[in-house]
Amino acid sequence: MSADAPPAQGRVYARGGGPVLRLSESEALTAAPSAPERMIINMGPQHPSTHGVLRLLLELDGETVTRCKPIIGYLHTGMEKTGETLTYLQGPTNVTRMDYASPLFSELAFATATEMLLGLELPPRAVWIRMLMCELNRISSHLLFQATNGMDLGAVSMMLYGWREREEVLRLLEQITGLRMNHNYIRPGGVAADLPDGWRDDTLRLLDPVGDRLDEYDALLTGQPIWRERLQGVGVISAEECLALGVTGPILRSTGYSWDLRRHMPYLDYDLLDFDVICGSYGDSFDRYAIRLNEIRESIRLVRQILDQMPSGDYRVQDKKVTPPPRGRIDESMEALIHHFKIFTEGFKVPAGEVYAAVESPRGELGCYMVSDGGPKPLRMHIRAPSFVNLQALPYLLEDRLVADAVAIISSVDPIMGEVDR
Amino acid sequence: MASSSPEGVADLGVAVSTDPAGAPVLHPRPAELLEVAEALRDAGYLQCLDVCAVDYLGADSRTDLPDEVVPERFEIVVTLISHQRRGRVRLRVQVPEEDPRLPTLFDLFPGTESPEREAFDMFGIVFVGHPDMTRILMPEDWDGHPLRKDYAVGIVPVRFKAAGDTR
Repeated sequence: MSADAPPAQGRVYARGGGPVLRLSESEALTAAPSAPERMIINMGPQHPSTHGVLRLLLELDGETVTRCKPIIGYLHTGMEKTGETLTYLQGPTNVTRMDYASPLFSELAFATATEMLLGLELPPRAVWIRMLMCELNRISSHLLFQATNGMDLGAVSMMLYGWREREEVLRLLEQITGLRMNHNYIRPGGVAADLPDGWRDDTLRLLDPVGDRLDEYDALLTGQPIWRERLQGVGVISAEECLALGVTGPILRSTGYSWDLRRHMPYLDYDLLDFDVICGSYGDSFDRYAIRLNEIRESIRLVRQILDQMPSGDYRVQDKKVTPPPRGRIDESMEALIHHFKIFTEGFKVPAGEVYAAVESPRGELGCYMVSDGGPKPLRMHIRAPSFVNLQALPYLLEDRLVADAVAIISSVDPIMGEVDR
Repeated sequence: MASSSPEGVADLGVAVSTDPAGAPVLHPRPAELLEVAEALRDAGYLQCLDVCAVDYLGADSRTDLPDEVVPERFEIVVTLISHQRRGRVRLRVQVPEEDPRLPTLFDLFPGTESPEREAFDMFGIVFVGHPDMTRILMPEDWDGHPLRKDYAVGIVPVRFKAAGDTR
């Protein structure tokens, strides 16, 4: 379809009577159902398949979901407020805890926004290390999806397999960054440390088995009649509705609308790499499953290209005002000691201004809107979380589906509640 | 500042600037917001990515605003994207402290429903005409708007559950 299709008309514009249940929690307790045979039930926040603490108010007509309201905020810890009290160097420790399944993407968006304000140009190796880490993280995030999606649909063995492979990827990430999750690895000015010795062999040792096991997942799930029966035609949304609702990532691509920031608005050096944007055709849960599975394959392809082309050089800019000096310099240079001390006590000052930086996270467009007043801490740090926006599609996906499908549909949205609630 | 609109969009008659990264920023007045957003949507900016608020209380440097824009305490920042042009445009609307109200973008971009609720929850900015102007992240009975600059960190005392007598 053309990118300039007329905007959607229909259920997404409905203020009342659409599939969104616009009732407050207290009203829901006392509200009379809209029809005698309808009732409102509560699902979550403690439910094994709501992926964290998502709560849904479902209005049912018999076994059919008529309207729904996602209730969020159970993981809200005011991370954007916290972000205003941390320096730009401390910032990644905060944002990395938002989307805990793909933390490197939040770090990347934060670091990119800071660098746009600073007007920094990164050395090529820093750029390529960032791409390597992000694609490895995309693999682990989509493997997590495969695991939980399998579990939600009763394919418990898939849960074990997905978790097993994800752990392999996390082990490599741990080797490189020092932590399994919440890495704080991508920082303004580059990355925290250079790749360790033997990283190339370790990465190759990871890619081969993961690639083979994706074929096993195909055999286990993709062709299976039960799996298809439960996913195909379930939770359908159109491209027009996705655009109107601000939905991005695999949900938008499942409708056949090809939009991936890595391809269409390239950042880092993605324009130098060869990969396919995976799209579906029907906008249903099966397409969303298949897109994520095949995106793992594309990420493996990308990582192999990055392995071949990884440039040498610095892994961060040698700008004394932004990145700490090498450890060895501190012993011999008074200035290096002062720079080190200043960066870690008061932080570096960032020119006043506001920017928006966006990256393609496994869940869609992850943006960081940053306002600086010229000081060492942001005046405002806002994360445009794809899961938060994508959750708005849930009532439309659930409309007129059975309660039994609700679990499959929630799973196919793949929301990470840490990022939703921030 | 030059008053030209983003490439390919007819002159919308609002102040224009560019951010440090070169992205276009429009500065409509609150009354112009819907008109400008609709013109941009019709020009291909089909998706509204984000609506967020900023509290500039106590910020002395507002050097990035064009001369004709009168700074106010709050600002609503709307980010739109055109997939065809492969570009984003940002709208920054000044919202006064004494009357923090703005028309909702829901009828143009239904995807602003949750972000506008978040801006209301965190900053107390009311979007007139929004179908469900309620809190989204904080509990329904919460007092105050936490992301305002005069809402201090640590304002809520930490209450531990009664630990009982340890002896």
